[in-house]
Amino acid sequence: MKLIAIYLIGVIFGVGISISGMANPAKVINFFDIAGIWDPSLIFVMGGALVTTFIGYKLVFGRAAPVFEDSFNVPTSRTIDARLIGGSAIFGIGWGISGFCPGGALPALGTGRWEVFAFTAALVVGIFLAKFAQSLAAPRAQAQT
Amino acid sequence: MIETAFTPWASLAGGVLIGVASTLLMLFAGRVMGATGVLAGAFQPASGQEFAWRAVLLAGMVTGPAVVWLISGEMPAIEVPVSTTALVIGGLIVGVGVTFGSGCTSGHGVCGMARLSPRSIVATVTFMAVTFVTVFIVRHLIGG
Repeated sequence: MKLIAIYLIGVIFGVGISISGMANPAKVINFFDIAGIWDPSLIFVMGGALVTTFIGYKLVFGRAAPVFEDSFNVPTSRTIDARLIGGSAIFGIGWGISGFCPGGALPALGTGRWEVFAFTAALVVGIFLAKFAQSLAAPRAQAQT
Repeated sequence: MIETAFTPWASLAGGVLIGVASTLLMLFAGRVMGATGVLAGAFQPASGQEFAWRAVLLAGMVTGPAVVWLISGEMPAIEVPVSTTALVIGGLIVGVGVTFGSGCTSGHGVCGMARLSPRSIVATVTFMAVTFVTVFIVRHLIGG
């Protein structure tokens, strides 16, 4: 039951990303190109997703626990450090260069377009390079967390 | 450069569906809808159960374009205005960034912002600002 529900949630997310334009690098880059051929559509994606999730979470967190789990499993860290800001800045550089973000690219794999697979393969390599770099610094990082 | 049409209604509808999916994942599984965490966790799961829900969620996401095709008769448009080199280098950079930054547009920008998480607000403002600057440099200063 749980896995069927999660599959359908993935489908809803994939349909949402597909019709929103987040999976289309031309649209994403044009959103960020205010000085050029600006396409403001993505404001509506972010706004629609944020307002819906904000209201949805308010309702969901009124419950004691999720339907299929004993407790909610949400990130609790409140530390704002160089790693968070630097990592987010690096992500912004890559997003601006390629036009794909992970949430846009994963559903777009379903179109079968080779460009999406090229980006996603590089994305996975990047994630593991970073995890490897983090593991080298692991003793210090673990002491911090 | 590829010009794109302004699509406020389709984008709003897509955004609402992204929000519905994020809400339902929290309701049923108690998890944040973060593409970075789902992808990284599927490749390096802590346990079989941790792998299963992520793999199933990914399978659902990948089905999305086919569902759009069944309903509308058209696959979602994917227009790539950059070179393959830019896609691959961009992908590597995104992978490194989202790992150190602990999230991306879906995790920080939607789910974290919706919880008013200070970390996610800082992360989102940072990556949005840097992406604006990056696109400006690539398109208008370098002239790509």
